[in-house]
Amino acid sequence: MIPAPFDYVRPTTVDEALQAVAAGGEDVKIMAGGQSLIPVMRLRLAAPETVVDLGGVAELKGVREEGEHLVIGAMTTHAEVIADPLIARYAKLIAEATETVADRQTRRRGTFGGALAHADPAGDLAAVALALDAEMVVAGPSGRRTVPASEFFVDYLTTSLDEGEILVEIRVPKLAGDWGVRYEKFNRVAQAWSIVAVAAAVRREDGHIAEARIGLTNMGPTPLRASATEAALAGAPATADAIATAARSAAEGTSPSSDLNAQADYREHLAQVLTRRAVTAAAGL
Amino acid sequence: MTQVSMRVDGVSYTDDVEPRTLLVHHLREQLGKVGTVVGCDTSNCGACTVHLDGQAVKSCTVLAVQADGAEVTTIEGIAGQGAPGAALHPVQKAFHEMHGLQCGYCTPGMIMASIDLLNENPNPSEAEIREGIEGNLCRCTGYQNIVRAVQQAAGEMSGAATTDTLGAQA
Amino acid sequence: MTVTEDPATQATAPEKEIGRARLRKEDARLITGRTTWTDNMVLPGMLHLSVVRSPVAHARITNVDVSAAADAPGIVAVLTGRDLADEQGSIPCAWPVTPDMVNPGHPSIAVDQVNHVGEAVAVIIGRSRTAAADAVELVDVDYDLLPPVLDMEEAVREGADLVHESAGTNTSYHFVFDAGEAGTGTDTDQAFADAEVVVSRRFINQRLIPAFMEPRSVVVQPQGDNYTMWSATQVPHILRVMLASVTGVPEHKLRVIAPDVGGGFGGKLQVNPEEVLALLIARRLGKPVKWTETRSESLMTAHHGRDQIQYIDVAADREGNVKGLRVRLLADMGAYLRLITPGVPALGAFMFPGIYKFPAYRFECDGVFTNKVPTDAYRGAGRPEATFAVERIMDELAVELGMDPLELRRRNWIQAQEFPFTTVAGLEYDSGDYDTATQQALELVGYDELREEQRRRRESGDPVQLGIGFSTFTEMCGLAPSRVLGSLSFGAGGWEHASIRMLPTGKVEVVTGSTPHGQGHETAWSQLVADSLGVPFEDVEVLHGDTAIATRGLDTYGSRSLVVGGTAVVKAADKVIAKARKVAAHLLEASEDDLDFTGGRFSVRGTPGTGMSIQEVALAVFAAHDYPEDVEPSIDADATFDPVNFSFPHGTHICAMEVDTDTGFVKIRKYACVDDVGTIVNPIIVEGQVHGGLAQGIAQALYEEAVYDADGNLTTGTFVDYLVPSAADLPHFDTGNTVHVAPGNPIGAKGVGEAGCIASTPAVVNAALDAVRHLGVSDIRMPLTPERVWRAIHQGGDGGDRATAGSNAYGGAQTETTAGVSTPASSLGGDR
Repeated sequence: MIPAPFDYVRPTTVDEALQAVAAGGEDVKIMAGGQSLIPVMRLRLAAPETVVDLGGVAELKGVREEGEHLVIGAMTTHAEVIADPLIARYAKLIAEATETVADRQTRRRGTFGGALAHADPAGDLAAVALALDAEMVVAGPSGRRTVPASEFFVDYLTTSLDEGEILVEIRVPKLAGDWGVRYEKFNRVAQAWSIVAVAAAVRREDGHIAEARIGLTNMGPTPLRASATEAALAGAPATADAIATAARSAAEGTSPSSDLNAQADYREHLAQVLTRRAVTAAAGL
Repeated sequence: MTQVSMRVDGVSYTDDVEPRTLLVHHLREQLGKVGTVVGCDTSNCGACTVHLDGQAVKSCTVLAVQADGAEVTTIEGIAGQGAPGAALHPVQKAFHEMHGLQCGYCTPGMIMASIDLLNENPNPSEAEIREGIEGNLCRCTGYQNIVRAVQQAAGEMSGAATTDTLGAQA
Repeated sequence: MTVTEDPATQATAPEKEIGRARLRKEDARLITGRTTWTDNMVLPGMLHLSVVRSPVAHARITNVDVSAAADAPGIVAVLTGRDLADEQGSIPCAWPVTPDMVNPGHPSIAVDQVNHVGEAVAVIIGRSRTAAADAVELVDVDYDLLPPVLDMEEAVREGADLVHESAGTNTSYHFVFDAGEAGTGTDTDQAFADAEVVVSRRFINQRLIPAFMEPRSVVVQPQGDNYTMWSATQVPHILRVMLASVTGVPEHKLRVIAPDVGGGFGGKLQVNPEEVLALLIARRLGKPVKWTETRSESLMTAHHGRDQIQYIDVAADREGNVKGLRVRLLADMGAYLRLITPGVPALGAFMFPGIYKFPAYRFECDGVFTNKVPTDAYRGAGRPEATFAVERIMDELAVELGMDPLELRRRNWIQAQEFPFTTVAGLEYDSGDYDTATQQALELVGYDELREEQRRRRESGDPVQLGIGFSTFTEMCGLAPSRVLGSLSFGAGGWEHASIRMLPTGKVEVVTGSTPHGQGHETAWSQLVADSLGVPFEDVEVLHGDTAIATRGLDTYGSRSLVVGGTAVVKAADKVIAKARKVAAHLLEASEDDLDFTGGRFSVRGTPGTGMSIQEVALAVFAAHDYPEDVEPSIDADATFDPVNFSFPHGTHICAMEVDTDTGFVKIRKYACVDDVGTIVNPIIVEGQVHGGLAQGIAQALYEEAVYDADGNLTTGTFVDYLVPSAADLPHFDTGNTVHVAPGNPIGAKGVGEAGCIASTPAVVNAALDAVRHLGVSDIRMPLTPERVWRAIHQGGDGGDRATAGSNAYGGAQTETTAGVSTPASSLGGDR
């Protein structure tokens, strides 16, 4: 199928992009890698009047260090994230989850920021950003603001980005100490979206789990933290039994949907199993 | 209409396109590059895979305007511009020798994805090959001979001899 | 003309081409992108069609307003069903399986009523593909909704809502085969009354979508009162005959070309509504037109396959000797009868007994109308359904008897020395050896080790359990003996035609009526001819797929090409040799009886050093300066072959399956099969066919299902939700062969196109069940989604219904254009 017609703008700076978005009116769509937007436009589920393509904005690409944070440009592609040495060192969970996104061609075009701004609950990266307490740097007509991941994902395909705003970079706290990570993804065929997935980062200290961060993919309209399990794991012995016990509360507070791949109760069950597996692996057991 | 210029299989083209024109439609309908085909509308099947600045992309999920200024390589451009008798790319040759195609509809995309895989990982395991072409659907072959073709091409491209021959496992 | 002497040729017999792993001739264009897909075709002045489709499953059309679309830029015309009503006729159904079969007729475009989501209601004709696509949403159609009929068991109940009010019933036909009545078996009721053990099951063989990779496409060029149609079809010859009868365009004014065709699997064995519409519109406008579908259109409107509810009973004694088989089917026709819609389950009717010596057998089938897209042929067509049911029930019987499933099979299957064997269904199985194939397959899969590992996992309570499943199958191939088809009321024959043209330079053109779309006919037919005529493989060119070139043919389906079409080629070659013999005898001044023909040369027996090649004879008759008085100056020949029996490939397939009992995820650990497809002309092509069939059969077991929601929307309307497996989702296959030649054709081939697809599905399901049977699971409905497996293990039953909402990828890739209108009832509810 062919998208409906639209005007196309390809700015080269963030300022130009903001102007283009402002000029584009209500029916403007910001395109990052386009790997979700273009299919949606082809199916004519979306028919924006104007598409602002961020592909030419060089300043939005790349990964750098800023003190205790990694700063990932919103237009850094999945393939670049996977290959990035800083991410491998300080935010391996992101790389591990990104490797599971779609397929190699899609990962060449799709971007980290685009995936987060699209906020598809079945997408893999939002739960990771949430688990890592990432912050979203948002540029708007009145300057920049920083939004914690916990406040960024508002609803199904909806973020706290206001009209006229652009997600420009993602600040990810470096994991300091003895952290292990695991992205445990469950789907039916290789290139499919997650039915459920669990992102886990676990810090061990003296045979105990000092801290666990667990993000859940596709367990509700937004990515969620498995807070009850995190609480149960804090200070718990790093044993299979303790982890299994804690994982039983992984689905608390979730509201998963029912579709072809899974009904809600099965998703809740999967969340528990996958949380157990992710935490066990992240804890190095 | 927006003017776009791109080099496709070594030839420069400048055309006016509607912004909504998909790269694959531009290639097929405006440039006559009909070797690249469309198999779906959700970016799942990979039949439209081409290389954009050396990297495999699904040309149904790229706008032609996004390829402005880029170098595009299609199945028609990987072996001597397709002239009769021109040497095949090792991956093309391997698909032929390992019977890695039947109807051939997925084949252009499958070959372009496989080349991209081998560029990144010259010596992939069977599992890495299977994952490396997860974005390309084939309905005919059951993939086994495609996997063997990629293995053979990997061997040839890295200069190693391959002992696998067709029929040996039957 | 010279008579040459070539001692080298006589000294060493050339290598036989049959059996040789020749690389394919077809590949050269396919691997370089120099292809001729229908959608590549561009003609001057060509117009583009797009189809406005019904977003509702069942409704009366009260108004169609096309004015806005007709006024849109780039639009040449917009036509509705009313505009075409007088000339569109009905999509033909070639298989009235019973004399009283109800066929309500199948308009290519709806006039008064729509009966499935996706049915055409208007056609836009635009100057560009884009203009035509843009105008679709400008057509305004008013619908008066009718209740959708979606569930077969409800549809056949008294007082059910009707798909076709005028038909007065949702049952198209009731087809019965009773072996007792046919005289091929004993009384079935008596067999069950006397039985010590009866096992009964209800299996669901789900609805599938053929999902060929190349979307359908058709181009029609009018030239005066002649029309040329290019179409992505398996069946250009059948299409031509049928289009002539539907549209009134005389057959001799219509040429149909199938250029490169990207797969079919039965899905392109059809006379498509869009093919009819393209021809009607090209005729009306006098301009070339093209229609190419999108994938969403393809999944929604190209015919589907399978979709049976199977009630099956098996009777046996305590020792495990089977005594009777009883099958009752509900087969979903969908909304209309297409080309062989009603015949698919009837094709399977004779295969439910499988390889087993059932003394009694009764088969009944109701063809049921629903408000879904019609079903029709999909790889195997009737035989996978039968094989699934019998191979599943044999496992259930084994469990009931406490017997090893393989031991039960062995006890009941036809022994090698019993061939030819006439089954309870009246079929004469030609040749084979089930025991040897099974032994080889067991070795190939490493059976003993796997059983040992299964035991270990079971004892340790491993969350990942292992199971082993069998399918010992046969199929009915080489469709088909024309007289048998006649006895089954099929509307055509099953012969195939070939001609061989001997060119003056010694090259050979082989024209086949069997139209390939990936099977490798160009290569395999070259091998046949190279052997028959003794000419080099490279000197043979195979022509096909154009009714003006291959003037007679019945195309490609039902594993028939080599068995029937290949035999026609061999018989044509025999005629060429016979004609050439007369000329050679004349030129060599010898008696015909004294000529030997080997390695492509005629030589005079007892006179070493004399002779001439058949290629030289071809040149001689081209020059025609010197040839016998009583013959024509040509050694070209035609042949039409009509088999007298089907062929019966068989094999043993073994699947080892890991089941994660925590999540329900299933993973094939090993898959091995040994197939007997008779003589193998080209081992790599045979192996490739088996691999591809396995992938599709496994996909039925694990991944694929066309799901409709409570309103009749297809929720698996894109490849996001209709899961065609990728390389990463399928295992490595270990394949092998035994060879028992088919006595019914001179090649000895049995057919291989459908084997893997028919055999594998029950092996996979049996393997999954074997892994979790000790946990109380006795059935899991296909596809074995992780959710269903998990529910079967932890909640009992067969895994139950799936929610029918599409996955939420791309924001739930369901729209009016992809899947119709959604209501609160459809978003989560389900008819199944």
